Amino acid sequence: MNQPKECPRSLVIERIFPHPQEKLWRALTDSALLAQWMMSNDFEPAVGKKFQFRAEPAPNWNGIVDCEVVLVDPIEHLSYNWGTGGPSSGLQWVVDFTLTPTMGGTHVRMEQSGFGPDQLAAYNGANYGWHKMLGGLERVLDAGITATA
Amino acid sequence: MQAAANNVFRALADPTRRSIFEELTRQGEQTVHALTRYAGVSQPAVSKHLTVLKRAKLVRHRREGRETHYQAQPDALTPMVNWLDQYGAFWRERFDRLESLLERME
Repeated sequence: MNQPKECPRSLVIERIFPHPQEKLWRALTDSALLAQWMMSNDFEPAVGKKFQFRAEPAPNWNGIVDCEVVLVDPIEHLSYNWGTGGPSSGLQWVVDFTLTPTMGGTHVRMEQSGFGPDQLAAYNGANYGWHKMLGGLERVLDAGITATA
Repeated sequence: MQAAANNVFRALADPTRRSIFEELTRQGEQTVHALTRYAGVSQPAVSKHLTVLKRAKLVRHRREGRETHYQAQPDALTPMVNWLDQYGAFWRERFDRLESLLERME
């Protein structure tokens, strides 16, 4: 391939759910409800709270996601760190949910960014021309994944 | 495949390595000297970064006389893209489950 390939920075998934924003917020932040669509967990909507998602172990994955709540802004914005493979792997993600009321429902945007928040800040800065290479995949995934209910 | 993706993620998690890799995709083949000038860090540091990039198969090198030339291998990003595709499938499936949960909720 002669053209530089775009390096993905984040994964964005958006969907409009025909339900009120408050209900979405509950589904995202009530541990018992969260378990019904994500994974079993000990989540609490408190900044700094460390919690885990637990699923069936899979090849290359022990089934555990180590998380820490980063932001709770009812009923609009929720983010947590998302670490797989234990502290040694150094693989840290940030999962970020934004809820926006729309006609007849709620628009949910999930962004999973790589490289951890420090690095994100670094390459969002003007020091690196990296952002010029980015965004392509995000657009592709947006187009492919966005679906309205 | 996930191991390959992890190597790529980890290699690119460092801003200096990322900028070296980016410089290589922009400028084509470069010597360690040129990359050192570009990166503004010591040559041993640049060599270390290049070793990590090499391990992730993001760069390839060849020796010519005393100089080592490095070249970006952008196709090495593929495991990372595939891995994100898998995560995309994961979230889509979770969103489907969220949708049916919402139907059942008060």
